[in-house]
Amino acid sequence: MRGFGEVLTTLGVLLLLMCAYQLWWTNVTSAAAITVARDEITRGWRDAVPQPSGSTPVAITPPVLGTGFALLYIPRLHDKVWGLPILQGTSKPVLSQGAGHYADTAMPGQLGNFAIAAHRSSHDEPFAHIDDLVVGDKVYVETQTTWYVYTLTHDDPSLTPNDIWVVDPVPGKTGVMPTEKLLTMTTCTPRYGSTGRWAWWGTLTSTGPTNQAPPDGIDPAT
Amino acid sequence: MYAWLWRKLPGPTPVKVLESLALAVVTVALLFTVVFPWVEPRLPFNDVTVDEATTAPVTTPSASAS
Repeated sequence: MRGFGEVLTTLGVLLLLMCAYQLWWTNVTSAAAITVARDEITRGWRDAVPQPSGSTPVAITPPVLGTGFALLYIPRLHDKVWGLPILQGTSKPVLSQGAGHYADTAMPGQLGNFAIAAHRSSHDEPFAHIDDLVVGDKVYVETQTTWYVYTLTHDDPSLTPNDIWVVDPVPGKTGVMPTEKLLTMTTCTPRYGSTGRWAWWGTLTSTGPTNQAPPDGIDPAT
Repeated sequence: MYAWLWRKLPGPTPVKVLESLALAVVTVALLFTVVFPWVEPRLPFNDVTVDEATTAPVTTPSASAS
């Protein structure tokens, strides 16, 4: 009987350790991974061949899965989403380094739906406070050449994990050709569960070149 | 289990205490760096994407949208 009790005690300690890992340690490792990914992106931009001046912003081609290609700034979520790397794909390894871009969806500034996902709990929980966002909030996406400014239009906090229509080129109208440049952000809800999904949608309201002053309302250095 | 381990540890009691602590630290380190990172993607706790194949095994790369 003593051995049985020891096994149960050990299992209990293991579960507590697993909780500590999930709720605390993944934040530590992801915070470091996010910094590394951000540095890689900005270093790539610095080392890249300079764009001819005066060229209009062009839509970038989809990057290789797992590669970072943009930085995300959301003033309302300044604590966590300020220069948050956006990487191609939405695999778990990607989401532990920043936000993930649904690979089948439009790139920033393209016609259609630029759709991204990020953690709401654990892994540095970038979208922890998605419930703080309000209609009209600005979302800034910085690529090598261009700032894209999206304005949030509406949300749905009670989606199911299978509501893939939310990332359609025209959300909710599968197969319809897009005429607008949209943004979708998804995360889990409730915060420490994965039974539901929360999505926010926005629309592109302005763009600007990165070699000039950043758009209104943002100073990346702050 | 633990009584057996205690008997197997060499040295006098103070040394056994230190050895036990070292074993515990190594065990926790292994859990945090190897075991838990392996287990975690297989648990349904932190899925944040919309996906047709949410019940698919995570070993399928195309279905790994977590």
